[in-house]
Amino acid sequence: MSAPIVVRAATLPTGERADLLLREGVIAEIGTVAAGAGAEEVDADGLVVLPGLVDLHTHLREPGREDAETVRTGSRAAAAGGFTAVLAMANTTPVTDTAEAAERVFDLGRAAGLVDVQPVGAVTRGLAGEELAELGLMARSRAGVRVFSDDGRCVADARVMRRALEYVKPFGGVVSQHAQEPTLAGAQACCHEGELSGRLGLPGWPGVAEEVIVARDVMLARHTGSRVHVAHVSTAGSVEVIRWARGQGIQVTAEVTPHHLLLTTDLLAGYDPVFKVNPPLRPEEDTLALREALRDGTIDAVATDHAPHARHDKEHAFVDAAFGMLGLETALAVVRTAVPELSWEEVARVMSANPARIAGLPGHGRPVAVGEPANLTLVDPEAEVTVDRDASHSLSRNNPWHGRTLRAAVVGTFLRGARTHG
Amino acid sequence: MKHLLSIDDLTVDDIETLFGTAAEMHDVQRRSVKKLPALRGRTVINLFFEDSTRTRSSFEIAGKWLSADTINISAKGSSASKGESLRDTVLTVTAMGVDALVVRHAASGAAEQISNWVDVAVINAGDGMHEHPTQALLDAYTLQRQLGDLAGRHVVIVGDLTHSRVFRSNVKLLRKLGAEVTVVAPPTLMPSGIDAWSKEAGFAASWDLDEVLPSADAVMMLRVQRERMQGGFFPTPREYTVGYGLTRGRLSLLKPDTPICHPGPMNRGLEIAPEAADAASSKVLDQVSSGVAVRMSVLYHLLAGEEVA
Repeated sequence: MSAPIVVRAATLPTGERADLLLREGVIAEIGTVAAGAGAEEVDADGLVVLPGLVDLHTHLREPGREDAETVRTGSRAAAAGGFTAVLAMANTTPVTDTAEAAERVFDLGRAAGLVDVQPVGAVTRGLAGEELAELGLMARSRAGVRVFSDDGRCVADARVMRRALEYVKPFGGVVSQHAQEPTLAGAQACCHEGELSGRLGLPGWPGVAEEVIVARDVMLARHTGSRVHVAHVSTAGSVEVIRWARGQGIQVTAEVTPHHLLLTTDLLAGYDPVFKVNPPLRPEEDTLALREALRDGTIDAVATDHAPHARHDKEHAFVDAAFGMLGLETALAVVRTAVPELSWEEVARVMSANPARIAGLPGHGRPVAVGEPANLTLVDPEAEVTVDRDASHSLSRNNPWHGRTLRAAVVGTFLRGARTHG
Repeated sequence: MKHLLSIDDLTVDDIETLFGTAAEMHDVQRRSVKKLPALRGRTVINLFFEDSTRTRSSFEIAGKWLSADTINISAKGSSASKGESLRDTVLTVTAMGVDALVVRHAASGAAEQISNWVDVAVINAGDGMHEHPTQALLDAYTLQRQLGDLAGRHVVIVGDLTHSRVFRSNVKLLRKLGAEVTVVAPPTLMPSGIDAWSKEAGFAASWDLDEVLPSADAVMMLRVQRERMQGGFFPTPREYTVGYGLTRGRLSLLKPDTPICHPGPMNRGLEIAPEAADAASSKVLDQVSSGVAVRMSVLYHLLAGEEVA
């Protein structure tokens, strides 16, 4: 256990200023903390303290593509982004579709010790969309898997999706769906289908390819009485469906990525594969609807979909290049830049409390209060930082924010009272 | 002008200069000795990631008649599937010491991406469904030789617009030259967002070929790719021909001597009837000979040290 830390004169999410004493992994005192022998002092004057951020959607690439990212380097990037827990997606090689595979990722995360790495289990064996993976054994494993996703692929077969939703109920699991009807998104589809894709001659897929799956899945959730989570919502139409489903009392939660809040499809005009991502960047009207949905609570959480790729996997023709972009280190600043009207309490809700609740992580997403785990993030709210892709802790450089100036910066992260960044 | 990636790279002055030189080159083609010394000692690589006979041969002849050393490299199949990145493939070829890359690739945007990685001239010889600028130049050059100034002339482009780089380059170039353009296709072969695009770019889009043909000053028929026939874009080839083919019956809708173009290879009986392909007003073979002249002009202006305009 690390030495006690006094975080001096921090601004709480509520706006009050106070000192925090972090001791034995928990917040021991909040208020005016006397300088104590042996306690490390952190000057947080002018800094906002948030509960440690939780990412529902991270690709750490280990095992399989350790040249693009490892659990350790991804953890370091996460800590630098203010995260204290990340959910590691299952589309590794081999796929996280067994208890053993889940425990391995879990253990690698604990060994790195920078964030709590919580494995996501595959819904179907090998992400093939056909037979259920060993969902129950993953749930019973040391990793305690609760979130299941074939992310990168849609669970397109309605029968398989129905069974998965039913099967995870006894252990409180949730299926996180990558909503993309494959028959509406051809094998070559690489971007949003719209006016620009028509001009550029790029095969795309329309927003409706996402929306028909979201609509189907909320109806399946209603039928089964299960809860479903919609990963990386990217269209206004999906937001409408989710809003309606909420109104019906259907148990549906949803996440949006930072990039879908701010980046738009017109960035594809130069065919730069750094902007190739799945779901694709959409037109501005979609980004506006997503921001509104985040503000009004229709979308519960921001999740990065951090997707590192080796440089050579992006140096292909646009249709051949890999999908995905980095996101862990810039997430908070992008949210701050895209939706500056969110209060810090609301930021804590969408980037910490809600994702922790959806993922079933009891030690995360807690209020900044005495007795709670000392998982905390310090933010300089006034910072303006120009992103430099080479300054990243990730092994990869597919950073769509390179050269952009963003508001606010994470300056410190604490995991159970131990400093992991800053 | 360092590269020719898109019609967007060209001003109207550039186009006129290219056409002027093409006309001179066209005269050279008629001589018994066709070789000019303009590009002696220069090396042009035809880097073809996708099969092509006519475009590659046309560039090859154009380069040879200008005395360039032209070399064909066929790199078929996506480099991704071979484990080499496109950038590595291109840097490897360029490192041999070349002055220009003529690039054909099945992926839209490939030529533009390549131009960002190398410092030699890049000529787009067709990138996926995006552009085929020399095809558009040779089409407009061919039409201009018959019709004169294209400003105000009505050009009708018919066929698989969604998948056509020829259409995309042509609509840009014809609009730059002041032509009125109507594009015709069934809804399933219209590019996404065509309504907004056509409005902004000032051309018309129609589903009704019979309504459009009587006012045409020129007709360009596009090839229907074989793989589209199984793609669910239209029910049967027969139905396509009835709706969108330039059939013998439709020839009577055209004004006399209306030039008929097709970029080839033609599917006779599908998008174009033999009576149309072989009509006195058919420009199909003129397009091919103009193609060499236009490509000579492009190579000359990119490589002979002269700026276009």
